Amino acid sequence: MSALDTLAAALASGQVRVVDLTHTLDPDFPVIILPPEFGQCARFRMEEISAYDHRGPAWKWHNISMSEHTGTHFDAPSHWVSGRDVALGAVDEIPPERFIGPVCVIDCAAEATEDEDFLLQPAHIAAWEATHGRIPAGAWVLMRTDWSKRRGAAYLNMREDGPHSPGPSPEAVRLLVEDRDIIGFGTETVGTDAGQAAHLSPPYPAHYILHGAGRYGLQCLANLDQLPPTGAVLMAAPLKIKGGTGSPLRVLAMVEGA
Amino acid sequence: MTDALRPPPKKDPQKRTVTPTLPPTMRSRAALGLSAAAAEGRFALQSCAECGAVQYPPRDACSRCLSTGLRWRDVDPGGTLLAETTIHTTVDVYFRERMPWRTGSVQLDAGPVVIAHVHGDVTTRGRVRMWNLLDRAGQAVLVAMPEGRTPHMEDDPQLREMTADPKHRRILIADARNPNAPALARALKDAGAAMLIAGEAEGWRPYPHRDALAALGVDLQPMDVTDTASVKKLAGEYGGKTDILINNARFMRPGGVLARGDTAFARDEIEVNYLGLMRLAQAFGPGMCARAQDGVNSAAAWVNILTVEALSNDPAYGCFNASNAAALSLSQSLRAEFRGAGLRVMNVLTGPTEDDWYQPLPPPKVGHAALARSVVEGLQRGLEDVYCGDVAKDLVERFRRDPKVLERERTGGTA
Amino acid sequence: MARRRQGYDGVVLTAPVTVPYQRYSIDTAHFWIARALRATLDAAGLKPLDIDGFSVASFTLFPDTPVGLTQHLGLCPRWLDTIPMGGASGVVALRRAASAVQAGDADIVACVAGDTNQIDSFRKLLSSFSRFAMDASYPYGFGGPSANFALLTDRYMTEFNATREDFGRLCVAQRANALRNPHAVMKKPLTMEDYLTARPIADPIALFDCVMPVAGAEAFLVMTEDEALRRNLPFARIAGAIERHNAHVDDPIQLRGGWTMDRDELWDMAACAPGDMDLIQTYDDYPVISLMQIEDLGFCDKGAAPDFLRDRDLTIDGDFPHNTSGGQLSAGQAGAAGGFIGLVEAIRQVTGQAGPTQVKGARRALVSGFGMINYDRGLCTGAAVLEAA
Repeated sequence: MSALDTLAAALASGQVRVVDLTHTLDPDFPVIILPPEFGQCARFRMEEISAYDHRGPAWKWHNISMSEHTGTHFDAPSHWVSGRDVALGAVDEIPPERFIGPVCVIDCAAEATEDEDFLLQPAHIAAWEATHGRIPAGAWVLMRTDWSKRRGAAYLNMREDGPHSPGPSPEAVRLLVEDRDIIGFGTETVGTDAGQAAHLSPPYPAHYILHGAGRYGLQCLANLDQLPPTGAVLMAAPLKIKGGTGSPLRVLAMVEGA
Repeated sequence: MTDALRPPPKKDPQKRTVTPTLPPTMRSRAALGLSAAAAEGRFALQSCAECGAVQYPPRDACSRCLSTGLRWRDVDPGGTLLAETTIHTTVDVYFRERMPWRTGSVQLDAGPVVIAHVHGDVTTRGRVRMWNLLDRAGQAVLVAMPEGRTPHMEDDPQLREMTADPKHRRILIADARNPNAPALARALKDAGAAMLIAGEAEGWRPYPHRDALAALGVDLQPMDVTDTASVKKLAGEYGGKTDILINNARFMRPGGVLARGDTAFARDEIEVNYLGLMRLAQAFGPGMCARAQDGVNSAAAWVNILTVEALSNDPAYGCFNASNAAALSLSQSLRAEFRGAGLRVMNVLTGPTEDDWYQPLPPPKVGHAALARSVVEGLQRGLEDVYCGDVAKDLVERFRRDPKVLERERTGGTA
Repeated sequence: MARRRQGYDGVVLTAPVTVPYQRYSIDTAHFWIARALRATLDAAGLKPLDIDGFSVASFTLFPDTPVGLTQHLGLCPRWLDTIPMGGASGVVALRRAASAVQAGDADIVACVAGDTNQIDSFRKLLSSFSRFAMDASYPYGFGGPSANFALLTDRYMTEFNATREDFGRLCVAQRANALRNPHAVMKKPLTMEDYLTARPIADPIALFDCVMPVAGAEAFLVMTEDEALRRNLPFARIAGAIERHNAHVDDPIQLRGGWTMDRDELWDMAACAPGDMDLIQTYDDYPVISLMQIEDLGFCDKGAAPDFLRDRDLTIDGDFPHNTSGGQLSAGQAGAAGGFIGLVEAIRQVTGQAGPTQVKGARRALVSGFGMINYDRGLCTGAAVLEAA
């Protein structure tokens, strides 16, 4: 049997399960908020074209609109100023094999519950590797915080000094990119960076370092608690938008075991 | 003495909702001048530019000197009731449902004798003060009011037919996030509103006055005027008890066409200021039209809060003003579409308001409380056009004088 | 002194006909006018092409005018008139037709007034009655003419200390007259108590102050006296006739009509006085207006009509026979024919053809017309004195 035959059989038998890591595209799902004089991320919107009615008797369909960075979405290198000159930096240019890879899930749920401004540090990564082994090159690293279970205002957790949510420290991102050669980094929060990351150095280190190095980001992920620390395979293929800096997408993971 | 209007009982679910009817709708073109004055709450009659004779009913030529130069001018609203009748029988469907109805002949201090609706507190052969109001058909009618205030005078059943008084009515404020929402809620509550609901967009994003709204008893319900589904959902739940809808949703950024360099904010402005109005109207309008004759808390009015610069653009806020011009135009269509039901559309055109985006402008500016007062007073008088604040009043006067000169004044070229 | 008016010597009125009224009709004004025209021609032994003048008053001919009626009814007149003056249309039609015959513009003029009354036609008529009414009176409670006359009546009662009984006496007497007119719409006797306790329409106007809109038509012929004699037709002479429009514009409320401007001329022309009248026919769509006519035409002083009538008997056999057919109040108001009802009855009276309503020895009659509540008052007034031949 070929590898794919084996995979197909495992999927059919349930030995390999597919976990959906995507939030529903919902008009009321939070998006990143920037100071109002800046351009803003468009919310997801859906307008009926027809619904088996005078506008189209036998069919129903919608026009939808949103930003490249609305809902569960993919960040391409060209999203950030540090990645503006990276080769193959737009979603339509990225080689498709880059969209599928092994995934390591670092569970920071307890820490994020304790500290909403929790920053993932190299020490946490070292501790994780001590248990689960070294993060392989070409892996996706996902930071589990259970933040996706938050609803409403608690999700952005916006206060007068800005949002408060967990994310990686500059050192941690640098470690993952430079020493572990990961393919991308994903979070459950609205961005790959922490809520207060504007005050880090460099500001928004995940964006700055990942994209500057031609790596990818995933944010607004869900169901990370259903993934094993290692052993799952992630599939995250953005829409093929010409020159696109990102895209909403369906993020799936294949997980072994019943 | 007028009996104080009692809060209506809960609606009997077995009773059919009455189909709204209208008083006589047709008027001559000349008479529309009276409606135009009533839309702003002014008591104006035609007077002859040559001989000065004040005319009524509206004419195309002076009945003294045959001059065709008749101008609408504000005149003394004082008068004396000459004769009166209480009508018990009519073949008109609207009045038949509202009998008995008091009317009378009034000798105006300004000259003419007019037939007018007569407020219940006017005494036989008494002195009156004329109000020029819009009736349910949206046409001007003269109402003889007592000279001074009388207790509960706004509750007179005939007068209440002409107004959209918030008293005992349930009111939806479209955008809780707008900083004017608490002032609106407070003023409406003080005016006797029975229930206040506010649409809250993006509940996942805090805003400073949320607690203030809650403290005023405002029922916050999710709705974003840019999200059709959310508007339809709220209309589904609350459309049947929305008696007055106040569309205070506003998206604005500074800048004209070139200052912006893209269409992103303009799109948001159109989404909120123009399409938002349309979405609200499509979702709430039909239900409100159906309930326009539903007793004490019938659906009565639709209010849009717009910038007066919708009349004439100031390029400092050029794109925003254009979106408001679109909304103003749309409101005229809506007004015509609502007219068959007798539902009023009131536009409150305001000068620069005390909020973030007008911060660099010098005074005078319209505070939230002043805006809210204009809204409430406009509803109490059943107006269609309210100009709120000195800037708005100045601008509309210039606009009427000469729109093209005003455009030049506003876009540069005057010393 | 203005130019002295010519009389109507040599011109007479004949062949008075009333097509019995109906409360509602499924037929058109054309139908009712045709019946009246046919009846008046039959009475004179004439055929349609024998008349060369045609005068029409009607509110419900739309979209036709009398021009369309000539083709519709097969007439070929050389003189054609339309009288859009409602309650004044009879006297005005008479004046114009008589002048035309005198001038030789026509030899025989048929004057016809008729309207249909279909379900809802009263409301439709009111809705489009006049521009001032549309702009400035009907939006105020849509009480129709009742509301206008209620205001006049209210003011009249205050100014002249009139009571509802004063109006009631007139209504009660007319009902008594109507009971002798087999074609009157009202068939039941009316007592003062009935009158006073009737349901209110527009205070102080109550049910029996109001006319009943009906379908019907009235007609008469105007021709030379020689023609009438040749055909052996009973005829009435026109002793005098007046007409006025939009009088007394500065009166804040109508307590008098245009008759006061012209009544001296009327009596002068007729060479007689109010006391010489054997009967009078006033326009009576509301009793207050009959009282005004009695005052303004000189039967008594302004404001004295209540007293004047209190001492008189207004029935056919009384000392002041008034609206002998029952008038519009009891016989019905057939649209523009309401402007003809008194005139046609007066022709019958002075020609001795009134049958059950005949006033004994009636030789002189006053007919008065009042029409068109354009806004707050009636604008058209007219009056004529008829004499037996």
